[in-house]
Amino acid sequence: MAVMNMVDALNSALDNELERDPRVVVLGEDVGRDGGVFRVTQSLLKKYGELRVVDTPLAESAIVGASLGMSLNGLKPVAEVQFDGFTYATFDQLFSHVARMRTRTRGRFTAPLVVRFPYGGLVRALEHHSESPEAFFCHFPGLKVVAPSSPYEAKGLLIAAIRDPDPVIFMEPKRLYRAIKEDVPETPYIIPLGEARVVQEGSDVTIVSYGSMLQSCLEAVKLVAGAASCEVIDLRTLTPWDERTVIDSVGKTGRLVIVHEAPRNCGLGGEIAATIQQKCFYKLSAPIARVTSWDIITPLPKMETRHFPSVSRIAKAIIETATLQ
Amino acid sequence: MVFRSLARFSVNYLQVLDEHGQIDARHAPKLTPALVKHAFDAMVLGRAFDETALALQREGRLLTYGPGKGEEAAHAGSALALRKGDWIVPSFRENTAYLARGYPPELLFEYWMGDERGQKMPKEHKMLPVAVPVSTQIPHAVGIAYAAKLLKKNEVVLTYFGDGATSKGDFYEALNFAGVFRLPVIFACINNQYAISLPRERQSAARTLAQKAIAAGIDSIQVDGNDVFACYRATQQAVERARKGEPTLIEFYTYRMGDHTTSDEASRYRSAKEVARWAKRDPISRLSKYALGKKLWNKQHEQKIWKLARKRISDAVAKAEAIGTQPIEDIFAYTYSQPTPRLREQLEEARKEAV
Repeated sequence: MAVMNMVDALNSALDNELERDPRVVVLGEDVGRDGGVFRVTQSLLKKYGELRVVDTPLAESAIVGASLGMSLNGLKPVAEVQFDGFTYATFDQLFSHVARMRTRTRGRFTAPLVVRFPYGGLVRALEHHSESPEAFFCHFPGLKVVAPSSPYEAKGLLIAAIRDPDPVIFMEPKRLYRAIKEDVPETPYIIPLGEARVVQEGSDVTIVSYGSMLQSCLEAVKLVAGAASCEVIDLRTLTPWDERTVIDSVGKTGRLVIVHEAPRNCGLGGEIAATIQQKCFYKLSAPIARVTSWDIITPLPKMETRHFPSVSRIAKAIIETATLQ
Repeated sequence: MVFRSLARFSVNYLQVLDEHGQIDARHAPKLTPALVKHAFDAMVLGRAFDETALALQREGRLLTYGPGKGEEAAHAGSALALRKGDWIVPSFRENTAYLARGYPPELLFEYWMGDERGQKMPKEHKMLPVAVPVSTQIPHAVGIAYAAKLLKKNEVVLTYFGDGATSKGDFYEALNFAGVFRLPVIFACINNQYAISLPRERQSAARTLAQKAIAAGIDSIQVDGNDVFACYRATQQAVERARKGEPTLIEFYTYRMGDHTTSDEASRYRSAKEVARWAKRDPISRLSKYALGKKLWNKQHEQKIWKLARKRISDAVAKAEAIGTQPIEDIFAYTYSQPTPRLREQLEEARKEAV
């Protein structure tokens, strides 16, 4: 065990997998000599050499397209896209090819690759550096989508993603990169994809969140502790998401608040709410609430705290949902 | 086997003003004292903007910032060769080009301080706001040029991008459009030798970036990007060609003296020796040597130029910082031409929140 922040934990996961499996390759912009702009790939170049830790030219579409080719021919690429807002350039490769390779070739070719990128706001970043694009990836069949919420979670989920036979979009909440430290094993371990985690048990209301917003939810839960007993679920994997765990929880509480950083319109919250109202209809005691950012272009940093869900916005929604008669 | 050669290509290089301030009269543009002065003022203003922005960033008063130090000649020289009615489609490091065209520095500060009101371009300026996603703006320049051609507007469009951008598809796609449609556009590649940490020679196996235009059937040239006269001259010629419907790629061969941004630490991937070598080629001191040598002004006057520039910049900072908090309505107002019912509802919700 060692005390790690999320950057350390992700670095440790990559280090473990590069060491364990000679087919694993890390590629992206500035991932080698510079160690990644957030230092997630620090020291890997020195340890594994430039053929396995590849500083690519600046070209997101080619990074993902080439990763697909690598995966088709025996490698396990872990590609980094430098920021959330630059993943849009990868959509054609991801949606037209990566996601459908298994289907198109009836299983003859598959795409066991990972695309990692930092996502989310509230770090006073420049334009295009504070996006939460998970809904795009979740909407498209064939991609798995993961968003960890702590250092321990990040390492176990990334290793699972690298070993997964399907393409995985791995969204790292940049706000939490250095915000939390906790004990993380230096040896490899796996947190299985598709399994949510009940972070805290409770009886009045279920709160479902993931990634960057989980910490805000836990703070909000503390704020309302006297008024509502909250069950907090960290979804971890956004596709395929763990319906069973959420259904069981809402079956118990009868109330649900979904919190995410992405805008509301066609966000993941809508999908979860629709599923739960269908499968838990007779157990629900209140309308399902969604706490999200607004349906606007991400504002520049001076106004970002008015845009993204704040702890008080979450707390208010919890109280309203928990107390509605 | 015997081959028949179908085509041969070469890439030219232009330098007018050398590192010692000596001029090569064969290639010099028409240098009026007013032009020299204007170029010097613009570069000094750009440098002053940069210095202040970096200081503000360190104090937490400005966001992450990408300094343009060392690239002022490329930015000012190219911008000054345009007419007022011509367009600039920038990347994100060309503050000096904005300032050379008389753009209000307080708006640039507002933007870099994280306030979108700084993005509201005054009507008289034909410039787009900065484009952060690398290379994505280049096709826009091509479209603007197409419209200018179709609507007979006699406008030239100049787009800035870096060496890193030439690795991306948008760059090649845009060049190809311009070649096919013969458009009045100038591709201004500011080759500052680094795409964050990736040095130029690791970005492309090509000897020059200028030669990337050849495949699109477009003329190109590499110029000494630290020589404001060469930058001006090459752009001027490209403007003339553009007015006849011929696009040009200009590679401004320069150097990013600072970090990629304030979040970067360039010493991790390049040597102090290399930086020192380029410091000797500084574009501002080069022009100063020339002007002092030609007695266009004296040292005392030059100090006054610096003082005035710094004053103008500090006044702009004061203005930008006095702007006050943005009303909540402002972040909703420009999403669509008309607010949707849903946005009206969300705005109500946002208004009710305690700040």
